[in-house]
Amino acid sequence: MLSIRNLKVEIGDKKILNGIDLSVNAGEIHAIMGPNGSGKSTLANVITGKMEENISGTVEYQGYDLLELDPEERAREGIFLAFQHPTEIPGVNNIYLIKAAVNALRKHHGEPEVDAIDFLKLIRAKMKLLEINESFLYRSVNDGFSGGEKKRNEILQMLMLEPQLALLDETDSGLDIDALKVVSRGVNSLADDGRSIIIVTHFPRILEYIVPDRVHVLLNGKIVHSGDKDTAHDLEKYGYTWVTERINNPSEAVA
Amino acid sequence: MNTSTAQDISEFVGREYKEGFTTDIESDTFPPGLDEDVVIALSEKKNEPRFMTDWRLKAFARWKKMQEPVWAHVNYTPIDYQSISYYSAPKSDADRPKSLDEVDPKLLETYEKLGIPLSEQKMLAGVAVDAVFDSVSVATTFKKTLADAGVIFCSFSEAVQEYPELVKKYLGTVVPSGDNFFAALNSAVFSDGSFVYIPKGVRCPMELSTYFRINAMNTGQFERTLIVADEGSYVSYLEGCTAPMRDENQLHAAVVELVAMKDAEIKYSTVQNWYPGDEEGRGGIYNFVTKRGACRGDNAKISWTQVETGSAITWKYPSVMLEGDRSIGEFYSVALTNNYQQADTGTKMVHIGKDTSSTIISKGVSAGKGQNSYRGLVRILKGAANARNYSQCDSLLMGDKCGAHTFPYIEVKNPSAKVEHEATTSRISEDQLFYCKQRGLSEEDSVSMIVNGFCKEVFKELPMEFAVEAQKLLGISLEGAVG
Repeated sequence: MLSIRNLKVEIGDKKILNGIDLSVNAGEIHAIMGPNGSGKSTLANVITGKMEENISGTVEYQGYDLLELDPEERAREGIFLAFQHPTEIPGVNNIYLIKAAVNALRKHHGEPEVDAIDFLKLIRAKMKLLEINESFLYRSVNDGFSGGEKKRNEILQMLMLEPQLALLDETDSGLDIDALKVVSRGVNSLADDGRSIIIVTHFPRILEYIVPDRVHVLLNGKIVHSGDKDTAHDLEKYGYTWVTERINNPSEAVA
Repeated sequence: MNTSTAQDISEFVGREYKEGFTTDIESDTFPPGLDEDVVIALSEKKNEPRFMTDWRLKAFARWKKMQEPVWAHVNYTPIDYQSISYYSAPKSDADRPKSLDEVDPKLLETYEKLGIPLSEQKMLAGVAVDAVFDSVSVATTFKKTLADAGVIFCSFSEAVQEYPELVKKYLGTVVPSGDNFFAALNSAVFSDGSFVYIPKGVRCPMELSTYFRINAMNTGQFERTLIVADEGSYVSYLEGCTAPMRDENQLHAAVVELVAMKDAEIKYSTVQNWYPGDEEGRGGIYNFVTKRGACRGDNAKISWTQVETGSAITWKYPSVMLEGDRSIGEFYSVALTNNYQQADTGTKMVHIGKDTSSTIISKGVSAGKGQNSYRGLVRILKGAANARNYSQCDSLLMGDKCGAHTFPYIEVKNPSAKVEHEATTSRISEDQLFYCKQRGLSEEDSVSMIVNGFCKEVFKELPMEFAVEAQKLLGISLEGAVG
């Protein structure tokens, strides 16, 4: 699905990503954890195409040299980003944007535009799953939405677009426990053998609801540790310093 | 803004004008120049009664003494009024077509190309159309349906012949012949336009629409529209305009007068798509228009909605005189300037009666090197107790070579008035563009969606057929896509 080799982002003297290697196979859920400023959002920006300069290394996605594609081409090929801070677009109905997006993807795959009634049925089912009120559809995109509503809206769009590779950029931040459960239920409903999900987060809590196959710890632009789902528990217990110590003194690390 | 966004926007600036074709048709055109003899010849050509000829001559005498206004925030090389031809009509009109079957097929074809079918089989459902080609009206559809309802909808020339009393009663009562330089010029030389009369208590059974087309070279188009809604009546009127692409500038100086009597409502919508000139600023229409409505009776309502995407220069302030108590004036506007287009547009709301209210929603979109100015006056007279006004002027900038300006004037002579004014200026943000692209939308579709969202409050005031057209037009104007 996704293969990242020696990815570096350098702006001037500053190394934001410092040689990332990461492989994500179809059907896998990966978590990327790290403190503020560790380079998590930059990694998401490189994969989705928001950042297009000062990059070296390779990113291969389903046989494409991803760095050669425009952001909209990446989206049409099945890459979805649930934004950390979804932007507001006043005057544009939420349903209008989602439908335009669904049709842009369908057009790319040579399919006809979605039938209006089928579309409504499907989106209502997804909204029910996410416990979203119907009025949501007719409000302007993210305009006046609470933090939690914005995050649910991202997941709603994700479920409608059915991406091959979904990146969740701190989707859990700002969510209370009930909302976190609902959002996680939505994400789990998408997970299957054909899709990959990358969860970018500070906090291990979301990983209790969406269980990852692999957990990577990102520090200072580098993946310093990769492990199974238990890595998240260790992080919760001992904090990021534990990983730092482990790197510095491998023999004394807590197993 | 990073380089890629700047580049995205510069790509949108290359626009093409799809209505830019010319029709090769024989016309009867006056030689350029303007003096009293031309005014008299024009009046004779139209076989007008004496009162019209006198009215024109009086206007001409005033115009000669007037100076072209210079206060607008626009720049253009001076107009040589002697190099313009003041009358041009398709020759086949010499003996006026009695029905659509007699209209020159080339003319019908022109309107078909513009998406305005005039042939009986293909008429726009529920919309009666008056087509004005250069100086004269060439066809009016649905005459019978309208006549059954008692509605008069015809060309101005026809109204002068058939309903001289109505014309005499209302002509120049809202925009006097000496109102301003361009209105005076129009009063002297206007060649045609539309006339509407809705009798007492009648709700006009369909939308009325006029499509203006400038075709001939070196001519000006001076049309005049007069709409009278008698007591308790309602009419919705749509106006559309296009012109061929030419390197010379062409002058369009129209006058529109609306009269709404007691309890009457007039909704006037414009989608203006005159040729804006090329990307170097060559050619394009000078659109110097006077539009004004009078709420003559109590509870009358006049609503102007305009979408201005065309013209090299737009100079236009659709206004409402709120004479009757509790009368309502509304102005909803989208003005887009791209390349070297300049727009100085807005409204005047003059509160005269008690408990009058007005709403102004103006959305300016500037791209390329376009200059966009909102100029509005809210005047509350001494007797206008409890008058209210709400004004909102929003500007959207695309790129860093364009400009947006706001000139609000507020004059309040009655202490019970409530006047609110809000203004914002924003740019299409990189975040909004990326958000849309990340959902799979192309750059063009993303920009179009964001701009349409910005203009939504105005578009929702348009009749549905027009709203769709306006959204597309806005898209085309920004995308550089050939329709």
